[in-house]
Amino acid sequence: MRGAVEIARGVAAGELRAADVLEEHLAAVRAREGEIHAFNLVTDDAARARAAAIDARVAAGAAVGPMAGVVVALKDNMCTRGVPTTCSSRILEGWRPPYDATVVRRLEAADAVVIGKTNLDEFAMGSSTENSAFGPTRNPHDPTRVPGGSSGGSAAAVAAGMATVSLGSDTGGSIRQPAALCGLVGVKPTYGVVSRQGLVAFASSLDQIGPFARSVADAALVLEAIAGHDPLDSTSIPRPAPALGPALAEGVRGMRIGRVVDLPEGCEPEVLARLEESFAALVAAGATVVDVTLPSLSYGLTAYYLIAPAEASSNLARYDGVRYGLRVDAEDVNAMYAATRAAGFGDEVKRRIMLGTYALSAGYYDAYYGKALKVRRLIADDFARAYASCDAILTPTSPTVAFPLGAKTSDPLTMYLCDVFTIPTNLAGHAAMSVPFGSGAHGLPVGVQVLAPALGEHAMFRVAAELERRAPGARGG
Amino acid sequence: MSATATLPGDWQLVVGLEVHVELATRTKLFSASANRFGDDPNTHIDPVTLGLPGALPVLNRHAVELAMRIGLALRCTVRPCTFHRKNYFYPDLPKAYQISQYDQPLNVDGHLVLPGGVRIGIERAHLEEDTGKSTHFGGASGRIHGSDHSLIDYNRAGVPLVEIVSRPDIRTSEQARQYVAELRAIIAAVGASDAKMEEGSMRVDVNVSVHRPGTPFGTRCEIKNVNSIRGVGRAIDYEARRQVDVLESGGTIRQETRHWDDAAGRTNTLRTKEDADDYRYFLEPDLVPLVPDAAWIERVRAALPPLPAARRGALATLTGAAPDGEAVSVVVERGQDDYVRAVADAGGDAARALTYVQQGYAEAGPTPAVPAADLAALTRLERDGAVTATQAKVLLADLVAAGGGDVAAMARAKGFEAMDAGDLEALVDAAIAADPDAFAKYRAGEAKAAGALVGRVMKASKGKADGKLVTAILERRARA
Amino acid sequence: MSETDRAGELSPEVVAKVARLARLALGDDEVSRMTAQLAGMLAHFRDVDALDLADVRPMSQPYELVNVLRDDEPAPSLDRDEVLASAPAAEDGRFRVPPIVGLEG
Repeated sequence: MRGAVEIARGVAAGELRAADVLEEHLAAVRAREGEIHAFNLVTDDAARARAAAIDARVAAGAAVGPMAGVVVALKDNMCTRGVPTTCSSRILEGWRPPYDATVVRRLEAADAVVIGKTNLDEFAMGSSTENSAFGPTRNPHDPTRVPGGSSGGSAAAVAAGMATVSLGSDTGGSIRQPAALCGLVGVKPTYGVVSRQGLVAFASSLDQIGPFARSVADAALVLEAIAGHDPLDSTSIPRPAPALGPALAEGVRGMRIGRVVDLPEGCEPEVLARLEESFAALVAAGATVVDVTLPSLSYGLTAYYLIAPAEASSNLARYDGVRYGLRVDAEDVNAMYAATRAAGFGDEVKRRIMLGTYALSAGYYDAYYGKALKVRRLIADDFARAYASCDAILTPTSPTVAFPLGAKTSDPLTMYLCDVFTIPTNLAGHAAMSVPFGSGAHGLPVGVQVLAPALGEHAMFRVAAELERRAPGARGG
Repeated sequence: MSATATLPGDWQLVVGLEVHVELATRTKLFSASANRFGDDPNTHIDPVTLGLPGALPVLNRHAVELAMRIGLALRCTVRPCTFHRKNYFYPDLPKAYQISQYDQPLNVDGHLVLPGGVRIGIERAHLEEDTGKSTHFGGASGRIHGSDHSLIDYNRAGVPLVEIVSRPDIRTSEQARQYVAELRAIIAAVGASDAKMEEGSMRVDVNVSVHRPGTPFGTRCEIKNVNSIRGVGRAIDYEARRQVDVLESGGTIRQETRHWDDAAGRTNTLRTKEDADDYRYFLEPDLVPLVPDAAWIERVRAALPPLPAARRGALATLTGAAPDGEAVSVVVERGQDDYVRAVADAGGDAARALTYVQQGYAEAGPTPAVPAADLAALTRLERDGAVTATQAKVLLADLVAAGGGDVAAMARAKGFEAMDAGDLEALVDAAIAADPDAFAKYRAGEAKAAGALVGRVMKASKGKADGKLVTAILERRARA
Repeated sequence: MSETDRAGELSPEVVAKVARLARLALGDDEVSRMTAQLAGMLAHFRDVDALDLADVRPMSQPYELVNVLRDDEPAPSLDRDEVLASAPAAEDGRFRVPPIVGLEG
């Protein structure tokens, strides 16, 4: 399968037609979507029109953008003007946003071709894409297993060749964990590097959009296209998009890579074995490994599962049946609210709204939400200390490989443990990405997580590119 | 205007006011749709205003500056501040939370001095967003209770507000009225808002409690829907009396929100404050702290225009009128004090100019059409006795209607030429001859009796006689 | 609201109250299921009680920016008809809702 870099170069040079590239992907959709259910909506007509327009511009000798002809799938929590945006929730079923998310406008400006909107855990709350109101997405590597979540549809679409690259959102690991489970590169940029304008909020202080790709270079291309300051997002960092191309070939010679000595337990042995091999690969490439401690890391889960639901309880209060989306009629407005929200939200969303409402309510704020914000600081401080002695840190992305559908749906806490390694990055607001590194149980993909400090994308991509070159089974690795 | 009602016994009134003003920005507090009143419903809406999924707020710099102007005019400290979410469900609140300032407001610890010199503390003046507007249909007369459905217009949603919270320093309903009037004058003077209570761009919530000296403040009730300065006074007087009646009959005051019914002249329970008011405040994660630096604050402070109290003082000095008198207050409130000064600068009589402007310029606004030099000419005509006060009034009306003119020519055209002093004395003597009884009484000290004589002279002169001169001649005759 | 005790026992009454605050109509069985699940989570979250947090400054946002402001320049409104077409009920250029009562509980 061609990658994004190759497609963009080929289309711009007139050697490839965007229309043909799109048809290859649409053929993959026809072949596998019935089984995988990666998409909530395939916008084939609009995509064909767009691809034809790009080809026409190339034929006319006009310049095209850096992602010309690259087929992109969007997680269905990013607003697309006039195109249904559901968050895989009944409460938003049929809603057509009257505006585009900033990332959507930037993809269009880069001449990417959007192929559709992908399935997710409802409002991005979950780690398996089983919490979708429209049914689960399956892992293209083994359709009896989950693709991870919450951006499972975006991961599966790329893994199955139905999109060249895709965008997901990562609040506690929702890009990196499915990337690991689907054998993809998945990037959670530094908080504020990619605009959240038009991303339907789950937890505002944690959410960040990032790419899925089959290679580190493709991920870099997408991130360069969507990143950079946006005046419509007050938390957007006032800097241009990072130029990541140079980092890819730079190697890791002289870099100091952190190994967390007090890593939380519970990992599958194969996952830990791949992690050890990844350290060895980097040492072979000239890096040194230093031990670091992150003593507060194990409290991340608690902080996260108080902060994220608290923000979510407020962010999701607007789904009240007044201005858009579902309404269940009732005799008065208060009854209408309660009936609409009861019918429109799934169990996991309700659970988190309840938890968040409770954590913020009078008498409990200090004991729960207030404490969680302090734990968040401890975790950020731990990272700051660790980064004084290293440039990047490696951990597993997920404690396990992809698990069977239904394996963790009965106990929310078990599901939450999927994110134990990814959550701390979101709390700190730092950069992190998952890179495929060999396989684990049942021959399923394993990802290694590369962590870097805030705005440490350059160092992170240096390490990721090296891991990609040296991954088991990589060409020349 | 009713005088302040006094409470029975030794009960004392304690009042604090929460005043919301809509800021005169072009756009909303957190988004770029227009801040305009009175247009078709839902024609100033954008993703942020409607709370659409994915929409994010970005703070309006001009709104911050206007809020700083209010704070600085109220002698507040302007400080680093944050925004919180106040979570509650209501159809006119699009996101189901209001973005407001909570424990770290922009302006704190100021004060306002009432015209009589009483100083009222200002606890805070913070920024927040307005809600949309609900209109209720069906049921009795558009009231919320018994309505069949409501329609929501979000044009007002997201309009920038400053909420000014006084300390509970107000002790009479008259002070409360003065506070609101002075606050309104200050806010209008600094250009932060048109501050019109009748249009809702200034909204006053009144916190009322009563207590006996030496005891803690009583439980307070908050009164909403007070739509005029007069209403502020009436609502306080009613509510204070109601609370005293409850307490004296052995009852207790519940902390509650009450609704002022202006037509009925009473307050009614709107809702009781129970734990339903759990707003779950937390820092708004979509916004970052606002940290005005000293240079910015000083720039805003330096650009503040003279405030009403200073302007009243200056106008009083110029005209010799009382600084807290009605003429000075009214003219400053209308913003016409600079005009009075221009009349004086054009050689006019300042005291007469103040009177003319107060009486004749109600509709003229801060920049009257009549050239200052023309009004100056009229004040001179009257001062020099060339026209009488009565004639001057007629000329003033003509001058205002025409937007200016040559007053001397206008006086001639009307035949308003001052009478020859000799002619006037003759008319006075004729009047005395015609009514010797009145003159006898007048000479005996009955001042009222002069009225009949002056009236005769006025009639005979067809209004051209100057009443003051007539009285002076009469006095001379009486002493002769 | 009544109290949870230190063992993390959360009463169904508190859960029902939170559901009202969150405007979620929950049946009795949902309330009891939710009570058990939330209590389990809260018990788990007690792990942070082991930390000394007295002098720790709360962290609400990851990247510390200040004074992000925009100019007071108007932009066109959204199209009212397009917006109202997405509304569950609209009338006379406005959003229609059932009678506004019972908002105090």
